[in-house]
Amino acid sequence: MSHLGGALAAEPFIRWDWVRDHTDDIRSNFWEHVQLTVLAVGIGFVIALAMALVAVRWRALYGPLAAFCAALYSVPSVALFALLLPFVGLGTQNALIALVTYTLLILLRNIVAGLDGVPPEVREAADGMGYERWRRVVRVDLPLATPAIVAGLRIATVTTIGLVTVTALVGEGGFGRFINEGLSRQFPTEIVLGSVLSVALAIACDVLFVLAERLLVPWARATVPMEVGRPGRMTFGRWSRRGSTVNA
Amino acid sequence: MTGAATTADPSAEDVAIRLDHLTKTYPGASRPAVDGLDLTIPRGELVALVGPSGCGKTTTLKMINRLIEPTGGTVWVGGVDIRTQPTHELRRGIGYVIQQAGLFPHRTVGDNIATVPKLLGWDRGRTKARVEELADLLRLDRGLLGRYPAALSGGQQQRVGVARALAADPPVLLMDEPYSAVDPIVRSQLQEELLTLQREVHKTIVFVTHDIDEAIKLANRIAILNVGGILEQVDSPAEMLRAPRNDFVADFLGDDRGIKRLSLMTVGDASLSKGPVVDESASADDARATMAELGYDWVAVCDGADRLRGWVGAAELDGTASIGELTPKPFLSVVTADTTLKAALDGIVTSRTRVAMAVDDDGRYLGMLTVDDLAEGVTA
Repeated sequence: MSHLGGALAAEPFIRWDWVRDHTDDIRSNFWEHVQLTVLAVGIGFVIALAMALVAVRWRALYGPLAAFCAALYSVPSVALFALLLPFVGLGTQNALIALVTYTLLILLRNIVAGLDGVPPEVREAADGMGYERWRRVVRVDLPLATPAIVAGLRIATVTTIGLVTVTALVGEGGFGRFINEGLSRQFPTEIVLGSVLSVALAIACDVLFVLAERLLVPWARATVPMEVGRPGRMTFGRWSRRGSTVNA
Repeated sequence: MTGAATTADPSAEDVAIRLDHLTKTYPGASRPAVDGLDLTIPRGELVALVGPSGCGKTTTLKMINRLIEPTGGTVWVGGVDIRTQPTHELRRGIGYVIQQAGLFPHRTVGDNIATVPKLLGWDRGRTKARVEELADLLRLDRGLLGRYPAALSGGQQQRVGVARALAADPPVLLMDEPYSAVDPIVRSQLQEELLTLQREVHKTIVFVTHDIDEAIKLANRIAILNVGGILEQVDSPAEMLRAPRNDFVADFLGDDRGIKRLSLMTVGDASLSKGPVVDESASADDARATMAELGYDWVAVCDGADRLRGWVGAAELDGTASIGELTPKPFLSVVTADTTLKAALDGIVTSRTRVAMAVDDDGRYLGMLTVDDLAEGVTA
């Protein structure tokens, strides 16, 4: 350990020439990081959404489902990789299964909270207008749950971006590859580069989600007169154009 | 006569909704919330279900569009047992308005109104035309159609709620305490608008309220329910106020039943007295004679065309030869045939002469109302 510390101390914090020579690695690791994150959160969202719809329909199942997800969430990531080894070996599958597992609890809780937050009178009005149950869920409940769902996706994404670096242990890792290599080669530049890029990616995604929510939930800021807030988008006629897509 | 509302032939063309021994017992409840309710609602009438909390009025309403499933009995809408048709199809054919309006916050006002037409698969042009028609009908500025509900006032939201319920032109409208969440001034406005609207659209409306004054103002027929969904009386407001069937109904109507009846009657319904009236060309002696004959210390003055000009007091006649020399003082309470008797009473008790003078639209004198005339109308 003292040997490692000594070697690191002798090395400069970051070697810019090394960074310049490895832009291809940075690019490929970036794409791997993004792909793993998007796949994990995407798959996690589909599973969590299905669980949430079941939990809202049959309320008694919410407790067991949430407990199951919480149990998965509490397994240390390193241990989970090891547990999955006999079944899927090293590689993308192992990494993805672990990453998906950690998104479930956050997403399930947020989707259920969002669906529970739909005002009862709105739900009753929808039923009274003659929505079939599934149509009401798709056209009324889920759109109204969007703020909570986006909040859940935001946390899940940022968490997953951090976790992806750990998947370097099973041969994946995105920016985690730099960190892993840097540690084994006692080369600080790679450790710093991997960490900084991972954090930067997380921050960028966080900002993207804030912007996405603004686009997805224009009605939440409706107390501001529309003409002032968003000229063009809120003009009369927008509703009828949307109506045509529903009928098509 | 309560029988008119409950014994009509269910197959008759003029019956829109018939509740046949309708019963709802909630799971675990010892008593039914609605117990064997029979009620027939004629086409084109506004029937108010009124009663204290726990009387099952909202439960009854929601059994008509199957938001609540009855545990017994049958609901007929337009001669059809509602269980024979899929729930969502039934509901698309029945307008539904609720207390908080229940607008979809994520859709514009226009999209909200277009809800049922879209569910029914109307094409874009027809839907748009209908939405604009309804906006005009409910006096909603078309500029509001592109806004989200959160930008609207409570009264506007409630109007949008009614427009949405009317969108597919359903013959039947269910309204569940639609105005109880808005302030009294707006409520009164919305009530007036509903009356105007109803004269135009002639829907069969079932209107739930706990406010007996609202029911009296709006309904063709009031059904008073007691706790446990017991129907106490069904009648027109005037008939119910005149002859409440029992103490429960009388208590529920309140201790100002007579005054409430006056609010349902107009000057046109009352018999007017002739009153002390003279032409402006009359002599002072004629005026004194008229006053003496009818026992007043003032006399009303009309011009040559019979238009009411005002009144003069007995004391002013001293030293004058003719009424024409005097300037009559205007009457404070002048009413027309469509003024309510309640408003006329208010005029009577606040005026110096203790009468309300009735004139026609051209200001010609019709006759005079006193407290005695009103009392006769109420006790008749």
